[in-house]
Amino acid sequence: MDINGSSTDAQPRPGQCLRTFLREQGNLGVKKGCDGGDCGACTVHVDGKPVHSCIYPAVRADGRQVTTVEGLATPEGLHPMQENFLAAQGFQCGFCTAGMLMTAATFDEEQKRNLPRNLKGNLCRCTGYRAIEDAVRGVCHVGGDRQQAGDNVAAPAGLGVVTGAARYTLDVPAGELPDLLHLKVLRSPHAHARILSIDAADALGVPGVQAVFTHEDAPAQCFSTAQHEGYLDDPDDTRVLDDVVRFIGQRVAAVVADSVGAAEEGVRRLRVDYQVLPAVFDPVAAMRPGAPVIHGEKDPLESRISRPEHNVVAELHSELGDVEAGLAGADFVHENTYRTQRVQHAALETHAAIAYFDAADRLVLRTSTQVPFLTRRALCRVFGLPPEEVRVICERVGGGFGGKQEMLTEDIVALAALKLKRPVQLEFTREEQFTAATTRHPFRIHVRAGARRDGTLTALSFDVVTNTGAYGNHAPGVMFHGCGESIAIYRCANKKVDAHAVYTNTVPAGAFRGYGLSQMIFAVESAMDELAAGIGMDPMEFRRRNIIAKGDVMLSTQPEPEEDVILLPGSYGLDQCIALTADALARGRERERAAGVDDPGPGWLVGEGSAVSMIDTVPPRGHFAEATVALLPDGCYQASVGTAEFGNGTTTVHAQLVATALGTTADRVLVRQSDTDVVGHDSGAFGSTGTVVAGKASLAAAEELACILLKSAAVISGADVSDCRLDSGSVGCAGVRIPLEELYRHAEAAGTPLLAQGRWGGSPRSVAFNVHGFRVAVNSGTGELRIMQSVQAADAGVVVNPMQCRGQVEGGIAQAMGAALYEDVVVGAEGAVETKIFRQYHLPTFADVPRSEVYFAKTSDELGPLGAKSMSESPFNPVAPALANAIRNATGVRFTELPLARDRIYLGLRDAGLADVGSAQQMQARDGVNVGTVGLVRAVDQIH
Amino acid sequence: MDMNTIESTIHTTDPGRWRPGDAWLAGGTVLFSYGSSVLRRLLDISAAGWTSVTVTADGLELAATCTIAELYALPESAETAEVAGQPNLPATWPGLDLVRPCCDAFVASFKIWNMSTVGGNLCTALPAGPMTSLTAALDGTARIWTVDGGTRVVAVEELVVGDGVTSLAPGELLRSITLPAAALRAQTAFRRLSLSNLGRSGVLLIGRRDDDGGFVLTVTAATKRPVKLRFAPSSTGLTDGGGMRDGGGVPTADGLRAALDAAIPQSLYHDDIHGLPAWRRDMTYRLAEEIRAELLPPGNNLDGITAITSDGDRPAGNGPAGTRQEGA
Repeated sequence: MDINGSSTDAQPRPGQCLRTFLREQGNLGVKKGCDGGDCGACTVHVDGKPVHSCIYPAVRADGRQVTTVEGLATPEGLHPMQENFLAAQGFQCGFCTAGMLMTAATFDEEQKRNLPRNLKGNLCRCTGYRAIEDAVRGVCHVGGDRQQAGDNVAAPAGLGVVTGAARYTLDVPAGELPDLLHLKVLRSPHAHARILSIDAADALGVPGVQAVFTHEDAPAQCFSTAQHEGYLDDPDDTRVLDDVVRFIGQRVAAVVADSVGAAEEGVRRLRVDYQVLPAVFDPVAAMRPGAPVIHGEKDPLESRISRPEHNVVAELHSELGDVEAGLAGADFVHENTYRTQRVQHAALETHAAIAYFDAADRLVLRTSTQVPFLTRRALCRVFGLPPEEVRVICERVGGGFGGKQEMLTEDIVALAALKLKRPVQLEFTREEQFTAATTRHPFRIHVRAGARRDGTLTALSFDVVTNTGAYGNHAPGVMFHGCGESIAIYRCANKKVDAHAVYTNTVPAGAFRGYGLSQMIFAVESAMDELAAGIGMDPMEFRRRNIIAKGDVMLSTQPEPEEDVILLPGSYGLDQCIALTADALARGRERERAAGVDDPGPGWLVGEGSAVSMIDTVPPRGHFAEATVALLPDGCYQASVGTAEFGNGTTTVHAQLVATALGTTADRVLVRQSDTDVVGHDSGAFGSTGTVVAGKASLAAAEELACILLKSAAVISGADVSDCRLDSGSVGCAGVRIPLEELYRHAEAAGTPLLAQGRWGGSPRSVAFNVHGFRVAVNSGTGELRIMQSVQAADAGVVVNPMQCRGQVEGGIAQAMGAALYEDVVVGAEGAVETKIFRQYHLPTFADVPRSEVYFAKTSDELGPLGAKSMSESPFNPVAPALANAIRNATGVRFTELPLARDRIYLGLRDAGLADVGSAQQMQARDGVNVGTVGLVRAVDQIH
Repeated sequence: MDMNTIESTIHTTDPGRWRPGDAWLAGGTVLFSYGSSVLRRLLDISAAGWTSVTVTADGLELAATCTIAELYALPESAETAEVAGQPNLPATWPGLDLVRPCCDAFVASFKIWNMSTVGGNLCTALPAGPMTSLTAALDGTARIWTVDGGTRVVAVEELVVGDGVTSLAPGELLRSITLPAAALRAQTAFRRLSLSNLGRSGVLLIGRRDDDGGFVLTVTAATKRPVKLRFAPSSTGLTDGGGMRDGGGVPTADGLRAALDAAIPQSLYHDDIHGLPAWRRDMTYRLAEEIRAELLPPGNNLDGITAITSDGDRPAGNGPAGTRQEGA
């Protein structure tokens, strides 16, 4: 076989796929996204034809020429498609990029004209495909001569990403860890069972198997896989390996072997004796008396579980004003139950970690995480290790979306490595990602809301049940956060919330982009639309009358506002976002009318809908970041930060902020990151904090360093410091220029390195807004939904990198459209996750995602770095309700459950008597359906 | 993905060599996609050297190893492949118009087509298998090599008999699919719906009006297995209640609906993430009617009449007269 021009004599194993063979030969640019032929991240060329190497029998490549992304460039330079992807920044995390490039590089002009068809075999979870389309078509977005804040600065890792050189978690050349062992997990077939015994004799007899670990080997310390700045935020309900299993897919035992194949065989040969226990899968049923108790043996105070005997992890009961009086005083009351489904983050890089020991015999975790420092803290707590004996690092992370704010791999490989004193690797399969990682929390939200005909919102009442699955990781936080900003965005004298986060014997839910808000906002914004319809008012006008304005206090469940959430007047952009969205929809309407494409034809119903959302720019109770910026000998700078890069673009933002403070360009700032050795502490990249917390720390460090440089130059030159000016390569001191290299030499000679530290604690905080609008066409005969226009207006404060921020918004919209239209992790009647591969879980493809218009409000937030606000989770949040509202507007039918798939839309219309059922079919019986002026209503809407 | 239990890969097309723990390996795109923890050997037929596409006056033979990419190229290559002294048969086969829409019905991208095969798709037997749709609609027959060295031939709808279920005995090898010229000469109509753009088929219907006036409707994706409704040519075809001849073998709207009622019980509609059974059912009726209307012979629009006489359109008995449900 010839690989990138070099022939190899290595022989693949008989059942090996080409992907793993190529990686074994050192071609680590070949990525595993799905390992089943669906995502295209592993695309390579065999004899010039693009194939998915994960489903290509490796033996069949014998005698053929294979080209990987590493072989795409020539000695003369990058392939034009690589140049294109750099110019358009057609990537975020970059995990799909090699496959995108290897596919697009084969396109002729005709193929480029039909990208929906020709790129449907390449999934990207980050970008929403607009940036990829621009890349394939040769559009350039990178620019800005200053290379500072406000410019479209390219990601520093870009060249590594497009050449396959950027290293992700498992991209470790074989020579670096020669005695690496592989760990595979035996997972529970039972939803609830006690492990009576585990017979490992057969497993240990498999050649290559080194060890089997069970609950007898695991520390007794309970913890939560969720990672927060304070571990007290989550219940201690999890062990590394437990003697009770509480969901199908939970770890039972770990087998460690010389090869993945031997570990798998060992897993198959384990003999486990279970005592099966009763199980419960529905959260409402789980709260009823007599339901199976999932964590009944745990102490509520010690474990921080609200009521273990009722399976309630956390609960919230609050009332502001008098909701019953508010409802009684309303002219129209809307009451309905909304439901959101389980969705998976589906980051293309699965969870993976390697534990090994460094030269100082320190335990090192190389892992795909959003929270390296918190993971170190959690490992130290579980295994009783001092922090200086554990290092956690990640290089580039292939997508997060909240899914990697958990410790799902690190603890088990650490256990194995500590026992065996050898490096141990665990790589999740895509199936494990679905069945044994985490999902978004399903919410059931019963809403009662009232309004007067004059547009006054009189009452908002919510009964919320969230299903956290078998473990309470993020259960309290998601429930509380969900019921926060979603409600606080509305001024209303009477607000009531009763919420329960409930254990069931199902796969655990966890942190997910939006952190509870996307679920609650679906219900709140749907209800607002119904209230507007009920009183006969334009929905956006109704919102305008009730949203918080400048200077308003923001209240959700507490009588006093959160003391550290401050919305300064210059940072209020909700009104602008509403206007930007409404204006764009009006322009679009006119555009379509003028072009004669506003009427999609018979059978199609057209409508518009919008939704608003708010998010705190930082999580509560502190979010900490430290940064160090140092002058390097060559006059460049090194910024050391804690946060991880997983496509969020914060590395670019750090470089831009530092460059701005130091009067230089971003390309002269080298960023070291996501390594517990490079700074003291960092809470991690979650809660949209990459820019507003970590960026604020790096900006502070750079500003401090700028002062130090000026003072140092003043001392050397004898000029007054007020006469010194820092520019890109030197300090001008009253006519004398001192090059930065010279400053460095002076400082080194004096033994005082030129560096500065910055810190930020995440408080006080601000809020950011997003408003989404859709115009859709619904085919009443088939349920097909066409998105005619998609608009989002975002209040991101001062935008540090418009190109990247637009990408974040577009990516959030695309991910939200997946959750709104297609995605559903199905849990069967016996509690098993039935969704195991991407063909059963439709991620939006290039063909599914329309281009969205993205607008930014003109605001500046004094609390954020250079006026910036957070903008990573929040674009997701208003999308599903905006879509549901547009469908409601088009059809008159209110859909209360996600996803809004075509089959469900059709059946909803049919059952409301509104579908075009065609001449070939007789009308169906309409059982128990009320059809009125507001369409299908499952609960009772009343006019008082 | 890697299949770590595989101990050897053997090049053979001899079913006599098959033993438990073996799997036939064609393109590999299904086996390597789902993986296995029980298989021990792969019997690789990809190097068999079978001619992918063979054109004769009797029809078209597709080798099991014909890749989707080769099939997709067929309409173009066939038109240009006029061999001296032979008529360009494919040019006289409008049924080939189905090839590309069926290939494009794959949720898998064109890259997968470079490896995956017609036979592999049939043997996987997914309800949404586009090669099942194509070959069942064109009266395809499967030539199967048996473990005792024999050969048997079955209709495609008797090969794919359930969701992921074929009538192949252990060790049997699908050698080829033959599409008869009579079916290839027919006028066809194609309809497909999916829950996502270019996604997996939730409903895929193909209609055929043959030279002799017969009408064949093949329902796939919506149902757990292919269902064929065959309406005989006009001379023996349905008549309406008033004794008026309908459009050749093409049934009336009510006649078609009654035939679907009889052929597909609710339990036969497929239920998975790609479409709720109730939606698939209604869409089957909807697309069937669209196909019927499209294939109605010119100037033979009897919809108004049949609508009036719809009651009289229902024959007694289990199914409409003149229709015959095929399939297992």
